[in-house]
Amino acid sequence: METRVFPKDGMTITEKLLAWSSRRERAEPGEIVESGLDLVLVNDVTGPMAIDRFRRIGVEQVFDPDRIALVQDHYAPNKDIKSAEQCKALRDFSREMGIENFWEIGRCGIEHVLLPESGLVQPGMTIIGADSHTCTYGAFGAFSTGVGSTEAAVSMASGRCWFRVPESQLHTVDGALPELVTSKDVILTIIGRMGVDGATYKAMEFTGEAVDRMTLDSRATMCNMAIEAGAKNGVVAPDERTLEYVSGRVDEPIVVENLQSDEDCSYESRFDYDADEMEPVVALPPLPSNVVPAREVEDVTIDQAFLGSCTNGKLEDLELAARVIDGEKVDPGVRMIVIPATWQIYGDALEGGYLETFLDAGACVSCPTCGPCLGGHMGVLAAGERCISSTNRNFVGRMGSPDSEVYLASPATVAASALTGRITDPRSIR
Amino acid sequence: MIKGKAHVFGDDVNTDVIIPARYLNTFDPDVLGQHAMEGIDPDFSSKVRKGDVIVAGSNFGCGSSREHAPIAIKACGISAVVASSFARIFYRNAINIGLPALICENAGGIEQGDEVEIDMDSGTLRDVTGDRTYGFRPLPDLLLEILEDGGLLEHTIRKMRD
Repeated sequence: METRVFPKDGMTITEKLLAWSSRRERAEPGEIVESGLDLVLVNDVTGPMAIDRFRRIGVEQVFDPDRIALVQDHYAPNKDIKSAEQCKALRDFSREMGIENFWEIGRCGIEHVLLPESGLVQPGMTIIGADSHTCTYGAFGAFSTGVGSTEAAVSMASGRCWFRVPESQLHTVDGALPELVTSKDVILTIIGRMGVDGATYKAMEFTGEAVDRMTLDSRATMCNMAIEAGAKNGVVAPDERTLEYVSGRVDEPIVVENLQSDEDCSYESRFDYDADEMEPVVALPPLPSNVVPAREVEDVTIDQAFLGSCTNGKLEDLELAARVIDGEKVDPGVRMIVIPATWQIYGDALEGGYLETFLDAGACVSCPTCGPCLGGHMGVLAAGERCISSTNRNFVGRMGSPDSEVYLASPATVAASALTGRITDPRSIR
Repeated sequence: MIKGKAHVFGDDVNTDVIIPARYLNTFDPDVLGQHAMEGIDPDFSSKVRKGDVIVAGSNFGCGSSREHAPIAIKACGISAVVASSFARIFYRNAINIGLPALICENAGGIEQGDEVEIDMDSGTLRDVTGDRTYGFRPLPDLLLEILEDGGLLEHTIRKMRD
């Protein structure tokens, strides 16, 4: 059993994680540290380039096959011949290097849901991934951030990566979230306040009564979108819930000591929110920070409603959306697309009866993939079309035509809007 | 010394407009270069000549970790991106593939099509057309070294050889 004892010396949790992985006693904001890595992730978009670069470095083996994950999710199942080549590059590399963290179609899923579900993410770890939403794993008490393919290639060879220690922002959400208001509404509200560059290069630490009460899935949704405010990482201190989540998936979890921000640590800034005052919100195109209450934009009609992605394709998201649909039908003018994030979730949603609810409502249920979120496949938008989406980005052309529009919202708001054909506050139909 | 025309953009230029995701099933620089900035200006790549620079506002490159974004910009002929601030993953990726990313807070006076010159050593950006000179934050030594080697990969290979 491995124990990681973190220093208790006036540091934030992010500083402690980086101090530990770089074998230092302290890590101060602004310092450059070189950390040993617990996990390096690449996917079918970023991985083939990383593998090409890795081969050009000229080393024979990856630093540790068990600490590398290759996930085919963006254009998987293979969208076209080029995508097939990309996924094959991951498959071939996994065999050549003896990397077991490669999942075949049917057992795969969206990386940021699949890796925690598979027990590869634990408190105390330092993780990089060639995908910007790698910041998700902070929800499990890890330091985790996105990099590019070349950086991932060098790290696959060396097992190391340098970081500038970020300043930390403390976001405290006290109180209790009202019914049908979710962690997606919380993080969108926060991004609305911060702006898309309000946390650039910084750590966003989330705490408070509402965060304490959240499931790990809900916390993951918050940390997932830290990048949309520009943050380097999002993080929540591990607690009993974290331990419970991890011990259900790992035989001998890493034991962590002192892994929370010290009382005498220094935050660059602090922001307070009242969960009781929060409501269902929507981010209008073309920025995740254009956040308004859903009830204020109920005249906006939609063509597509998408429920899925690394942000909100988890079991609790499907459960909530099914509860909102509750036997009703999708509006005749709307196509609703539901994509469970992993096959485990797909099976659980089947068993829970949620998929039946979606099918009965006239929704399309597809197999796990990132697909529509990035305008890849399985739900691309035409010019002039509007989509309400449980995803993370609404930039121009994100889900298809540069003349289409994406409105970001919670699973509950997506489901309610699918029923009415226009953006709808889920509380108004319950 | 980098010499060319300025292509001016605003704030929050994101990776989805720099290189839309439908082109991410390849990492061939020539293909990516043809589609650079397509989400904002479909004809961008045909307007660029070697040595040209992008001058933009804040948070340039926000969004995804796709290294395809700086590769597309570099491959279409752009020699440097100057912005008042960068999203962090884009910044790191740009340096790692050998595309200078220069932080200049006050270059707002540069206009579309102005002739500009960049001197990396002195950290100056000269607007020849507008007859003004701006300073940018000099890059740390490590990043300059990576750029001089042609990128992180080349840098790593050289370090392993030395």
